[in-house]
Amino acid sequence: MSNTTEQVRKSLKARYRSEKRFRAFGISAVAFGLLAVVVLFTDIISKGTSAFVETYIQLDIHWDPAELGIDDPTDPEQVNYADYDALIKAALRERFPDVEDRLERRALYQLASSGAGFRLRDQLQENPDLLGTIQTRWILADDDVDMFIKADAEDRQNTRLPEVARPWVEALERDGHTDIQWNASFFSKGDSREPEQAGVWAAVTGSFFTMLVTLALAFPIGVAAAVYLEEFAPKNRYTDFIEVNINNLAAVPSIIFGLLGLAIFINLFGLPRSVPLVGGLVLTLMTLPTIIISARAAIKSVPPSIREAALGMGASRMQMVMHHVLPLAMPGMLTGAIIGMAQALGETAPLLMIGMVAFIVDIPGGPLDASTVLPVQIYLWADSPEASFVALTSAAIMVLLAFLISMNTLAVLLRKRLERRW
Amino acid sequence: METAQNLTDTARTIPAARMAQEPEAMNQKIPYPEQTIGKPLCDDPKMSMRNVNVFYGDSQAIYDVSLDIGKNQVIALIGPSGCGKSTFLRCMNRMNDTIDICKVKGSFMLEQDNIYDPKLDVVELRARVGMVFQKPNPFPKSIYENVAYGPRLHGLANKKFELDEIVENSLRKAGLWDEVKDRLDQPGTGLSGGQQQRLCIARSIAVSPEVVLMDEPCSALDPIATAKIEELIDELSSQYTIAIVTHSMQQAARVSHRTAYFHLGRLIEVNDTNTVFTAPEHALTEAYITGRFG
Ligand SMILES: Nc1ncnc2c1ncn2[C@@H]1O[C@H](COP(=O)(O)OP(=O)(O)OP(=O)(O)O)[C@@H](O)[C@H]1O
Ligand SMILES: [Mg+2]
Repeated sequence: MSNTTEQVRKSLKARYRSEKRFRAFGISAVAFGLLAVVVLFTDIISKGTSAFVETYIQLDIHWDPAELGIDDPTDPEQVNYADYDALIKAALRERFPDVEDRLERRALYQLASSGAGFRLRDQLQENPDLLGTIQTRWILADDDVDMFIKADAEDRQNTRLPEVARPWVEALERDGHTDIQWNASFFSKGDSREPEQAGVWAAVTGSFFTMLVTLALAFPIGVAAAVYLEEFAPKNRYTDFIEVNINNLAAVPSIIFGLLGLAIFINLFGLPRSVPLVGGLVLTLMTLPTIIISARAAIKSVPPSIREAALGMGASRMQMVMHHVLPLAMPGMLTGAIIGMAQALGETAPLLMIGMVAFIVDIPGGPLDASTVLPVQIYLWADSPEASFVALTSAAIMVLLAFLISMNTLAVLLRKRLERRW
Repeated sequence: METAQNLTDTARTIPAARMAQEPEAMNQKIPYPEQTIGKPLCDDPKMSMRNVNVFYGDSQAIYDVSLDIGKNQVIALIGPSGCGKSTFLRCMNRMNDTIDICKVKGSFMLEQDNIYDPKLDVVELRARVGMVFQKPNPFPKSIYENVAYGPRLHGLANKKFELDEIVENSLRKAGLWDEVKDRLDQPGTGLSGGQQQRLCIARSIAVSPEVVLMDEPCSALDPIATAKIEELIDELSSQYTIAIVTHSMQQAARVSHRTAYFHLGRLIEVNDTNTVFTAPEHALTEAYITGRFG
């Protein structure tokens, strides 16, 4: 008897040791994962936050009809095509009268963003009385100025702002004529060659429509396929074959789906390129296996006693599925859908194949408008030479993450509501 | 030799241990009867089964069983584990249809209707022949919804008050009304095991079936809950025909009018419960009810 106790005690010690070891492994694995996430997030956030604000410079704008080349401010045609850049140039000349050299003038004109004129146009359209008056206005600065202002004192040497322009910007800053404001256009505009005018909204709506198409197709089709395979299909060689192929499809590289989409949806069916509809179709093909597999697992986990109860009450198979199996399996199915949709949201390669890599300025209005998606936009910006695009890239990544998190939160809330006790 | 003696002692008190000890010996010593002994048939049967053979794939689970169940009668099916009681019971409302490899031969009549007639709708059949399972299996819905499920499914109630009435009556018959009347909207799964089983009984009698099949309805319950359900079966027998599978000889003796003894897929003996338990005719039956094997 005492011999056994001793043996047990010895083995207990070893068991505790191995348990501790295992716990240590577990904790270090989790810590490593957390560390990776923290590093990633700090990097992205530290790089990206500066893109959420942008620099403006204050100038006295003279709404000079001669410079604008118009005489009637109520004529929309004239107002539309007037030369607003000339007003900004004149204001800059006014502010820095010493600059006379032609090349230096050019550098001076580049302090303002090339898109700044459009805002003046909008103002004149709204208020024709401005014509002829002199007004103080905040003008969007060029991205080089923006980088210079945002940089620390030591780093300013390394920015791309030309030597000649530096004293001017410093003078503006000293006089309090520069200001950093919320970058609203980042959340309302499409892509642009000029970093200070580039926005992420076209990509967000593109992603939204693509996800909508994907969800609307992949979820019902996936659930229907899973229900059929689990509840109705006979177990024979054909269904085995289908099952093996579904599992294989889940492992196919996503770019293959892009090529397939190009060949079938665009070349064969003649659907337009670069549109969320085709993107959604391609991503549907890609996410279907994930959704089918997880939906089947969810259906399998519904206790057989519930099915027996339903059948025993005289429910048909269809009623059994509709009344009991589907409601009980729905939370698990949603989990699968979340994973599939998250995958689809971050997917770039297949969308490149169907032309969603286009330069999109206009906000798409529906799934048939040319558009791009967030990950492709990130790819495009990461690939751009201008230094300001680095911040934009990180900012876009943050938007993508926010999109992902809100999508998942929605699904998790939905799942919570559907979850039942048994 | 001392240990052997010990084992035999244990076996006397625990039949299961005895079974493990001499499983085949028993079968070889006592031959099956040529025909079912006793009175398997009755004059005015509610259900009558003839020459039933059931196969799971290649292995046969039921061998040539013929049995009648009289109107408003409680028949107990007893026998050692694996002898085919559940299989036979499940054939009576075609629950075995759901098992692909299961093949059923022979005739099953519910009064004038052939249960296995391809033209007969299983939905209708299961409304007439209800089933209560071994493990309480209420739907993960409210108590009300559990009971209302059958009537809704079969369109038995068109108005809310009719449905309310059916739910209340069924719960009353199942002896559960007083315990749950204040919490009809709470989940049926939140009840105790015994209450859940009574809820399942209420659920199956809500569609006013003619026959209720019960597969070991008390095996997961404590003695008090069991006593309640036995009482309930007694009351229900005035309105319904009941077939109950049970492992408890006492239960069979308490609730049933007739008892059928199965052994390895064969129906050995059927008689009035009293006769079976006081004067079993066949040696296998006697061996089983005296606890000589499980
Ligand atoms: N789904 C099935 N597939 C294959 N064989 C089965 C299946 N169900 C039951 N069997 C076999 O049929 C025989 C009878 O089983 P059954 O469940 O009817 O026994 P039982 O009398 O109800 O036993 P218990 O008292 O343990 O519930 C057993 O040999 C069993 O292995
Ligand atoms: Mg059984």
